[in-house]
Amino acid sequence: MRMADILSRVYVAALFVFVFLPILTSVVFSFNSDRFPTVPLGHFTTHWYETAFSRPEVWLAFKNSLIVAFCAASLSTMLGFVTAYTDFRYGFRFKTAYLALALLPPTIPLVIMGLAMLAWLGRLGLSGTLIGIIIAHTVMGAPFAMAICRMRLQQMDPALEAAAWNLGASPWRTMASVVIPFSTPALISAFCLTAAVSFDEFIVAWFVSGLNKTVPVMILEILQGNVDPQINAIGTVVFLTSITLVILAQLLILRRSAT
Amino acid sequence: MKTRFSVYPYVWRVPLLIWQGLFFIGPLALMVAMSFWLVKNYRMEPDFVFKNWDKMMSRGYFWDAYWITLWRASLAALLATLIAFPASYTLAFKVSDTVRRWAVFFLIVPFFTSYLVRAYAWQVLLAESGPINAILGYLGLGPFTMLNTGIGAMVGYMTLVLPLVVILQTFSLAAIDRNLIEAAWNLGASARATLFKVIIPSARVGLIIGAVFAFILSYGDFVSPFYLGGSKPPTMSILIIDTTKSGQQWPRAAVVAIMMIVTLFTVAFVAVGAAYGRRK
Repeated sequence: MRMADILSRVYVAALFVFVFLPILTSVVFSFNSDRFPTVPLGHFTTHWYETAFSRPEVWLAFKNSLIVAFCAASLSTMLGFVTAYTDFRYGFRFKTAYLALALLPPTIPLVIMGLAMLAWLGRLGLSGTLIGIIIAHTVMGAPFAMAICRMRLQQMDPALEAAAWNLGASPWRTMASVVIPFSTPALISAFCLTAAVSFDEFIVAWFVSGLNKTVPVMILEILQGNVDPQINAIGTVVFLTSITLVILAQLLILRRSAT
Repeated sequence: MKTRFSVYPYVWRVPLLIWQGLFFIGPLALMVAMSFWLVKNYRMEPDFVFKNWDKMMSRGYFWDAYWITLWRASLAALLATLIAFPASYTLAFKVSDTVRRWAVFFLIVPFFTSYLVRAYAWQVLLAESGPINAILGYLGLGPFTMLNTGIGAMVGYMTLVLPLVVILQTFSLAAIDRNLIEAAWNLGASARATLFKVIIPSARVGLIIGAVFAFILSYGDFVSPFYLGGSKPPTMSILIIDTTKSGQQWPRAAVVAIMMIVTLFTVAFVAVGAAYGRRK
């Protein structure tokens, strides 16, 4: 191998180290005994996990986060699927505007979504409720779900539906026994990815949550105090959860494009 | 297909319209309206006055925040593009398809993992007495103050945007017709000429889109400037949070938010126009 090729691979490796360093740091220091983390490391301990998870409010936050992630992911996936199917199946006037409306939310900075949601949900009497957070996270997750479902539908032969209709199946029946089974991997993958989005989102949740805190909101509030290695412990659990969800989602995407 | 009216298509089309109308357009429209409202006795009252706009636009700290945010986001977009390019180039041309697929696979993961915890990890790593300064200390360097400076904020922005920028660049570079590159070589173009006259122009759209995403994400981010950049001077997003959380001045926060959206869309449209324009 030439020198330049070796250097370019080292460069890629360095970039990956930079990207994954914070994640690794969090994991390593969550098991480290020193309160103020530095090298050389102290000794191995599970102390921070024990302290963090002996607090009832941590468990409550995890429960809130799970409820929100599950509901927001279900809603996002449904909304994403119906929109992706509309885009796949139909052409109509103002379709560009329709798609822009569907895909725009991720371009709006989260702080702004937070402010707008705070004011709007307040008017609807939903501020400070988990429902408010679920609504906000669904708005943010649906575009991702739509993109995933749309990619899957792209792989479906459009004649498949027409064939089912010609054989006498109603559109509803065709949807239930042809389109949805074909899209199942995408639906699961969209569910996992939007659950990960919701599980990690803290800005909008922080604006609208009130007393019903989710895990990231709790981390945010601990962060405003002092250095506290409990964050590493909680953070490691959060990382594991979202990494599992994202990897699961991607494996489903990769497997389905192989078949 | 069918001539008689069928309810079927609308069942799939309408949910998005209702949902986005209620929970996306609605909140944003209210925010725009709110910027003309007044706060009296800690309560907002509907009105149509320009007082909030006058107040914000005439303040020095607003414009300080405006320019520092624009400057930092532009710098982040430029840096991310430059840092990502050699890596994307390697992933696109120098490795097998399998390696590239796995690389992209692993780059997607951090994008969906807690940015907040990653920022906290950088806070630990970059601290005056933290691991990085300790290692540099063994080499007889430092300690350097990285936390609560522009450098700290930039490290945070890179953590946020680099994976996405590398992915977008890699895809656009990998999509270039290899014959084009070989033709350039056969015609005697140097490696440098091939890069600047063939490869970069062909991948222009992906490179610009990557930079635009880096800009959008850094521009709206509040974690890096706050926890790693020391929040002095505040960026636009920090200004929104301060105005909303401490003063109950939602209408003034709405003014800042609208200015952010206008700026973002202007930059995005200009950049996308540059990406697709003059490309016949």
